[in-house]
Amino acid sequence: MIYETLLMNGYGLYVWSAFAFTLLSFVTLYVIIKIQYIKEKNKFIVKFGTLNVERAAFAKSHSVNKEILSNISKI
Amino acid sequence: MFKYFEPNKIFSITSRAPRYVLLLFIITLSIGLTEALIFSPEDYKQSHSVRIMYVHVPAAWISLGVFSSITFLSVVGYIFKIRNFFLISKSLAPSGLVFNIIALVTGSIWGKPTWGTWWAWDARITSMLILVLFYIIYLIAWRIYENNDRVFKITSIITILGIINIPIIKYSVDWWNTLHQPASINLLSKSTIHISMLFPLSIMTAAFALFSLLIFLMKYNTELIKIKNKGLDRL
Repeated sequence: MIYETLLMNGYGLYVWSAFAFTLLSFVTLYVIIKIQYIKEKNKFIVKFGTLNVERAAFAKSHSVNKEILSNISKI
Repeated sequence: MFKYFEPNKIFSITSRAPRYVLLLFIITLSIGLTEALIFSPEDYKQSHSVRIMYVHVPAAWISLGVFSSITFLSVVGYIFKIRNFFLISKSLAPSGLVFNIIALVTGSIWGKPTWGTWWAWDARITSMLILVLFYIIYLIAWRIYENNDRVFKITSIITILGIINIPIIKYSVDWWNTLHQPASINLLSKSTIHISMLFPLSIMTAAFALFSLLIFLMKYNTELIKIKNKGLDRL
């Protein structure tokens, strides 16, 4: 049964390579976008850390900034 | 109505949504792969090679849908001066490009056992290749003119030129003699595909759409944080 599923009447190489290419493309795109996301978020956190108390409080009053800081490790 | 699309209003949703979309995508993809590779029947003519359809067709559909959405958002965004629509368009483009490449590569792999060749310069395949070029030009334009107001005009022109290609892709199999088979699924008339193949195809399409949504949300959040980073610089 497993052998038949793998070989697929001689079409296995074509079918499996098409599915493998698709899944590999998904993983690659996901990793690239995730890296970009983490990089921008870390940049934001570093910049936020350099603000003085007054400016940090002002920046934190913006809902998006607050949201970014509260979602540091999640996606 | 457009005020509801403001980034500040939707970021609380877009920042939380990816983890749920990812979970839903994994579940849908697992069901889709099981159906496509194990339970769906082989074709009487193409045998098991027909299974390539379950990745090739959804990828092609989504790449066309994404480009149409990008064009619509760019044009509406340009007319009504809604910058967020451009941000949404820009965030949609990477998944559209990848799906377009997947459609071409899996189509090529499917072509070898079916037509006996990896590639043919026929109308459908060539017009899909042109769409890849439009995606690439669109993304390059964003990279070159990122900090310039001209980017909205330039990207809108690129999408308007590119959208001309969409009906050519859709009707190429009817207008010209091509190696590519005509559409088996039609929204306006009866589909010629059997339900046992339509079911896994629908599940795989749903999974691919969820992946596109996931990448869009992650990219959109990244772009929004990039804008906020610039905002912190000005403080």
